Amino acid sequence: MTKFSSLSRQYWPTIALFAFLLACWQLAVSLGGIREYLLPSPLSVWNALWHSEIGWSQHLWTTTIEIIGAFLLAAVVGVALGVAIAWSPLIANALVPFLVFVNTLPKVAIAPLFLIWMGYGIFPNMLMGALIGFFPVVINTAVGLSQVEADMLDLGRVFNAPKWKIFAKIRIPNALPYILSALKITATAAVVGAIVGEFVASQKGLGYVITTTQSSMNTAVAFAALIWISIVGLLLYGAVVLLAQLWAPWAEGVD
Amino acid sequence: MTKVLIDLDQVGMTYEAASGPVEALAGITSAIGAGEFVSLVGPSGCGKSTLLRIVAGLRPATSGTVAVSGRAVTQPIPDIGMVFQAPILLKWRSILENVLLPAELAGKDAKALRPRAEQLLEMAGLGGFGPKLPRELSGGMQQRAALCRALLLDPPLLLMDEPFGALDAMTRDDMALELLRIWGEKDLAQEARKTVLFVTHSIPEAVFLSDRVLVMSARPGRIAADLRIDLPRPRTVELRASEAFGKLTLEIFRALTGRTEGAAGTA
Repeated sequence: MTKFSSLSRQYWPTIALFAFLLACWQLAVSLGGIREYLLPSPLSVWNALWHSEIGWSQHLWTTTIEIIGAFLLAAVVGVALGVAIAWSPLIANALVPFLVFVNTLPKVAIAPLFLIWMGYGIFPNMLMGALIGFFPVVINTAVGLSQVEADMLDLGRVFNAPKWKIFAKIRIPNALPYILSALKITATAAVVGAIVGEFVASQKGLGYVITTTQSSMNTAVAFAALIWISIVGLLLYGAVVLLAQLWAPWAEGVD
Repeated sequence: MTKVLIDLDQVGMTYEAASGPVEALAGITSAIGAGEFVSLVGPSGCGKSTLLRIVAGLRPATSGTVAVSGRAVTQPIPDIGMVFQAPILLKWRSILENVLLPAELAGKDAKALRPRAEQLLEMAGLGGFGPKLPRELSGGMQQRAALCRALLLDPPLLLMDEPFGALDAMTRDDMALELLRIWGEKDLAQEARKTVLFVTHSIPEAVFLSDRVLVMSARPGRIAADLRIDLPRPRTVELRASEAFGKLTLEIFRALTGRTEGAAGTA
C-alpha cells in the first residue's frame, strides 16, 4: 500500500500532464474543426486501435517477431564480437576499424540493398534492426571484459588459471552490467530497424501499415500503428531492464 | 635464523619508459627465514611493490636471482597468498564465494574447502557474513575477507602490499592486531607460522608487526638498512607507547630519511 502510494506520488504529474494533453488535443480537433486526415481526434485513434479493418494482429505479430529477432541477433553477434575483441589483440586490430566503418554507414541507406539481395520478408527487416543495434553491444562487451583490476588478474596468474577460466569467472561477470546497459540501447534500435525495413519493402507489419495510410489518408490508423509500435518497444525495453535487475543486481547505477 | 624461505641475490629491475630505461631496483640481496614477519618500508616509487611481485613471479627480475623454498622463481608461484591495498573482491560473489575463488582458479575442489573458508571467516570475525555481498561490508571487513581469501589454500608465504593503506587510522591499528592474531603469534611456534612479506608506508605499523624491517632507499631501490625488531611477542597496544618502540621507530625514520639528528632536525 505504501509502495502504491509512493508510486502514485511519483507518477501523478506524468499522468496528469498526459491527460491534459489528450484533452487539449480532443478539444482542438472537435472545436477547432481540424480535418480528420490532418489530425484525427484521440477518440478516433482509440477506435482505430481496436475496430479497424486493418487486421492488427498479423501486423503486430510480424513486427514483434522482427524486433525480437533483431534484438536477439544483435545481442548474440555483439557479445560474440566483443568477446573475440577482448580475447585477442590480433582479432581486435583486424575487426575494430572494420566495425567502426560499418557503424558509420547510414544503415537506412543500406535497406534498399537488402531488398535487392533478400527480397521481401521478415528476415531482411530483422537484419536491419540487428545492424542498427549491434554496435553498442560490441563496444560495451569489450570494455566490460577489459575493465578488470590488474591485481585481480595477478591473482588469476598466481594460481595459473587458464585464460578461459579468467573469462568465465572474472571477465564475463564483470562485463555483464556493461552488456545489459548496451542492450537497453539495442532494444530501441531494434524497433527503429524493423520499422525502417518495413518502410522500404514489406507486405506486412506495423511499418507497412503506416506506409499504406499515406495513400488512403487514414491518419487515425497511422496513429494507432504508432501506438502499437511504442507498446512493443516499451515491453521489450522493460524486459531488458527487468533482466538487468535479475542478472546483475550488484550493478545498480552502472549506466 | 631458521630455514631460509626467500633468497634474494643481487636482484635488479630495469624497465623501459618513454624517457628511457628506468632502474627501479638494484642489488637487492637478502634472506628471509621461514616464519619470519618482514616489512619493507621505503619512499614512494622505491620499488617495494615491484619487489613483492618479483618474489611472486608476477614480474621478472632483470638481473639477479630469486628463490622461494630453494626453487628459482621464473614464473608465478602458486604457494603464496596475496593481499593488495584494495580488497578487490568480486562484487557479484558472496563473501564466502570470494574466499573460495583461489580454489576455483587453481582447479581445486572448492566444495571440499568450504568448511575451511567458513572457519577462516569465523576466525577473522566475519562469521555469519559469508552469504553477504562485498558492498554490504565495511572497508576493514572487506580487507579481512581478502586476507581469508589469501589464506584459503594455506600458503607458506603471504605477500601483502600495503594491505591497510586505504583504511582509517583506527581500523588500521585494529587490523594490525587482528593480523598478528590470525598469523598465530600467540598459538604457533615461529617455524609453524607463515612467512610474511609486508609492504607499508607506515613506520610504526612496520615496527609493531615485524620481526625485521628492511628499509629501502629511493629509486633505484636498494636495501638501506636491515633492522631486527626485538620486541616481545605477542605485541600489545601498550607496546606502542614504550620507549623501545619509540627508539626503533626513530631508528627506521633516520635510516629512511638519511637524517642523523632525529625527526625535528633539518638537513
